[in-house]
Amino acid sequence: MESMSVEQVKKSVRVYITVFVALMALTMVTVAVSTLHLSVVGAVSVALVIASIKASLVAGYFMHLISEKRVIYATLVLTGVFFLVLMFLPVSHYLDRIFG
Amino acid sequence: MQIPYTSTARPDTGLFNAKLGVWLFLASEVMLFGALFSSYVLLRVGASSWPHGYDLLNVPLATLNTVVLISSSVTMVMSWASLMMKEFKKYRLYMGGTILLALVFLVVKYIEYTAKFHHDIFPSTNTFYAIYFTLTGLHGLHVIGGIIVNAYFWGPGRKMWKTDPQRFTNRVEIAGLYWHFVDLVWIFLFPVLYLL
Amino acid sequence: MSDDSIRDKAGPQHQHTETVGAHVAVHEEAVHHELPFWRHYIFSTDHKIIGIQYGITALLFLLFGFSLMMLMRWQLAYPSEIFPWKWLADLLGPERMPEGIMLPEFYNQLGAMHGTIMVFMGVVPLAVGAFGNYVVPLQIGAPDMAFPKLNMASYWAFFVGGVIMLVSFFVPGGAANSGWTSYAPLSVIATTGQTLWLIGMVFLITSSLLGSVNFIVTIIQLRAHGLTFMRLPFFVWAQFVTAFLLLLAFPPLEAAGVMQLMDRLAGTSFFLPSGLIVSGVPVENSGGGSPLLWQHLFWFLAHPEVYVLILPAMGIVAEVIANNTRKPLWGYKSMVYALIFLGFMSFVVWAHHMFLTGMGTTISAFFQTTTMIISIPSIVILTALFLSLWGGSIRFSVPMLFALAFLPMFGIGGLTGLPLGLAPPDIHLHDTYYVIGHFHYVVAPGTLLALFAGIYYWFPKATGRTMNETLGKLHFWGSFIFLNGVFMPMFVQGLAGVSRRLYDGGIQYAHAQEVLYLNEVMSVSAWLLGVAQIPFIINFFLSMKKGKKVSDNHWEATTLEWSATTSPPLAHGNFAKVPEVHRGPYEYSLPGHRKGFVPQNERVEA
Repeated sequence: MESMSVEQVKKSVRVYITVFVALMALTMVTVAVSTLHLSVVGAVSVALVIASIKASLVAGYFMHLISEKRVIYATLVLTGVFFLVLMFLPVSHYLDRIFG
Repeated sequence: MQIPYTSTARPDTGLFNAKLGVWLFLASEVMLFGALFSSYVLLRVGASSWPHGYDLLNVPLATLNTVVLISSSVTMVMSWASLMMKEFKKYRLYMGGTILLALVFLVVKYIEYTAKFHHDIFPSTNTFYAIYFTLTGLHGLHVIGGIIVNAYFWGPGRKMWKTDPQRFTNRVEIAGLYWHFVDLVWIFLFPVLYLL
Repeated sequence: MSDDSIRDKAGPQHQHTETVGAHVAVHEEAVHHELPFWRHYIFSTDHKIIGIQYGITALLFLLFGFSLMMLMRWQLAYPSEIFPWKWLADLLGPERMPEGIMLPEFYNQLGAMHGTIMVFMGVVPLAVGAFGNYVVPLQIGAPDMAFPKLNMASYWAFFVGGVIMLVSFFVPGGAANSGWTSYAPLSVIATTGQTLWLIGMVFLITSSLLGSVNFIVTIIQLRAHGLTFMRLPFFVWAQFVTAFLLLLAFPPLEAAGVMQLMDRLAGTSFFLPSGLIVSGVPVENSGGGSPLLWQHLFWFLAHPEVYVLILPAMGIVAEVIANNTRKPLWGYKSMVYALIFLGFMSFVVWAHHMFLTGMGTTISAFFQTTTMIISIPSIVILTALFLSLWGGSIRFSVPMLFALAFLPMFGIGGLTGLPLGLAPPDIHLHDTYYVIGHFHYVVAPGTLLALFAGIYYWFPKATGRTMNETLGKLHFWGSFIFLNGVFMPMFVQGLAGVSRRLYDGGIQYAHAQEVLYLNEVMSVSAWLLGVAQIPFIINFFLSMKKGKKVSDNHWEATTLEWSATTSPPLAHGNFAKVPEVHRGPYEYSLPGHRKGFVPQNERVEA
C-alpha cells in the first residue's frame, strides 16, 4: 500500500465508486426480496448470500483484502473456521430433536 | 534501539506492525459478534415461535442507515486515498464526511430506540428484542468508538501529517480497516434482524 | 537488507527509504533522559518491567486464591465445627462465619472465587503476562514488544479487573457464589457479587485480548535476522499458539458476559428459560432463553483456556530440560506440529464439559471423538520431553527438579482426563471429586510446578543473582509431596461418587462415608503445602538483595536471552548490538565443538 503511485490510487478510486454503486444496488435487492416473504429457509439463504456478496466487496476492495499478504489471509481463514464452528456446533445440540 | 517495522514493512511478511495488529483485533471482533449471531441462531431455533423482523422493526429507517453506513465506508476509504495522493484538504473533507455520516447513523438509531421505549418495548420484553437491542447496542458502541478515533485523526491528531506523513497515512488506513469492519457487521445485522 | 554497518546505527529499519519523521524519532531517542519514578516503575512501557509487574501481582493473587482454598479445606475436614482462629472468624464476621462456623453461602463464595482467581488472576497472568512478556522479546532478539503502550494498557486492565474481583467480597451478599463457571439460571438470580464478577471478567478479558495481539505481532514481526520459525525456542512457539487461543476464544465469553449482565440488570432472558420458579415464586422475566446457551459460550472459551494454562508451562519445561540435559530436545519438529494441532483441536472439544445436559447422541459422539483425538498431541509432546532425558547429562538444579516433576504429574492429569472425555464413564464421574482431581493435577502439580521451574530458571536473568539452592530444594520437596497429598485422594472420593461443591464434604451421603476420612488427609496436606511455600517466599525476596551474584549466562544456555545480553538485560532496547541468529535453539553437546554448547547468535565458524 505504502508504495502505490498516484496513478494506481486514482485507479483504485474508480473501483471504490463502482463498489459503492454495487453495494447500493444489492441493498435495494435484499430489501425487495424480503417483501416477498419467502419461507424461512429461502429468506435466510437469500439474505445471507446477498450479505456475503456485499461483505466480500467491502472486505476485498475497501479493506484491500484482495491484495493482502499471506499472513493476513491465514489468520482470517483460521478465524473463519472457528467462526463456523461457533455458529453451527452449539445449535447441533438440537439436531436429534429437529430431525426426530 | 527502536522498534522495527512500525512504519515500513518487514520484508518477509510484507506488513508493518500495526497492519497485522489491527487485522488480529478484527479477527477477535469477528468471534465477538459471531458469538452474538450464534446466540441468535440458538435462541431462534429453540423458540416455539419467533416474530418476523419486518413486522416489529422500522425497515425504511434501517435501510436508510444501511445506505448511510456504506456511504461512510466510501468516504473513509476516499480519505485514505486522498492522503496517498498527498491531498490533505480532501482528506479532511472526506474524514469529516465519514464522521458526519456516522453521527447520522447514531441519530437514526436513537430515533429507533426511543420509539420503541415510548411504546413500552424494552430488551426485557422478549428474547427477540433482547437480542435486537444487544446486537445493535454493541454495534452502536463500536460506531461511537470509531467516531472518537476518526475525530482524533480529523482534529488534534492531524499534526502528524506535517512531521511523519507516511506514518499518519498508515494510521488512517488502520482506522479505516476498523471502520469498514463496523460497516461489515451492519451488512449482516440489517438483514438478520430486520428482514427475516 | 542485512548490511550490518547500516543496521548497527539505528536499528533494522534504518534503510535509505527512511522518512523525515523517523529521523526525528531517532533524535528523540538519543536525547532521552531518565523517566520519573511513576513513569519508570508504575506506568512503564518496558516489557521487562511490565513482566515483573504481572509476576508480582499474579503471585499475590495466587497466594490469596490459595488462602481461600485453605479456608475451604477447614470446612471440608471439620464440617460445621468452630474455626480455631477466633480473630479471623471475628474479622470475617457474622455474615460469613457466625459464631465461628462457616456458612454454606460463604463456602460457595470461596469456591467460586478460588477458581476464578487462580485461573484468571493467577496462573494465566503469571504464565503469559509475566513469563511471556519478560522472556519472549529477549528470546527473539527484539528491543521490546511490538506495541509497548498497548502492553501497559493490558497490565492495568488486568489490575483493575483483579481489584474489582477482590472488592466483590465486600458487597452485600458477598462475592460471586455460582462456581467459576457461573452457570445460568443460578448465576442470573445470584447476589450482587456476580455482577461485579461479570464486570471484572470484562476487564480481564480485555487485558488478555490486548496482550494476545501484542504477542502475535511481536513474534511474527520482530524476530531477529536469521531466526526462522523452526529455530524459535519451544517456549516462544508455546506463547505464540497460546496467544491465538486467547485471541479467538475469549470474545464469545465477553459476549456471554454482556448477555448475563443484561439478564441481571436489564431484565432480559438470554439464559432464563420460560416458567422458571425460584423459592416458590415465578421469576418475572420474559423467559424463552436457554441456560444451555450460557454453557456453550462459556465452555467455548473455557476449554481453550485450559490449554492456555498448560502450553506456556510445557514451554518452560522444554527450555529447562534442554538446558539441564545438555542436549537438544528430542523431536522438536514433532513437538511444534503437535502444539499447532493441539491449539486447533482445542476449539472443537468444549462440549465434553456438557455430556450430561441432554445432548443428542450424534453431537455427543462428535465431541467424544475430538476429545480422544486431542489427547494425541499432548502425548506426543509429553513423550518427546521424556525422550529428551535419554542419554542426557542431567544437572539436578532446582529448576530441573520442578521440570522433571512436571512430567509424571502432567501424565497423571492427562490420563485421568480420558474417562471424563468419554460419555459413559462420565455419567458416573461428572461433577464428582474425580473431576477436581483431574484438572488440579494438570494445573497444580502440572502448570504450577512448571511456573516455579521458570521462576528459579529466569531469576538469575532478571536480577543477576541466583536463588538459594537449599531453600529451593525444601520448597520443591514440600510442594511435590503435599500437592500429591491434596489431589490424589480426590480420585478415590470421586470414584466413590462424592459430588463436588458440597460445603460439608459429603458427610450427609451414605456412599461417601467410607472415604470421608480422606477429607482430613487432604486438608492437612493443603495446610502443609502452604507451609512449604514459606521457604520460597523468603528465598524470592532475600535473593533479590542478597543472592549470589552470577555471570550473564549462568546456566550456560543457548537461547538469545542468555547469550546476547546481560543479567539483568540492558534497560533500553535489551541488546547492545542487534543479535543475528545462525542456528537452532538447542545446540548443546554438538559433536566436534570444544564448548559444551553453542549459543544461537554465535557466528558460524570459518
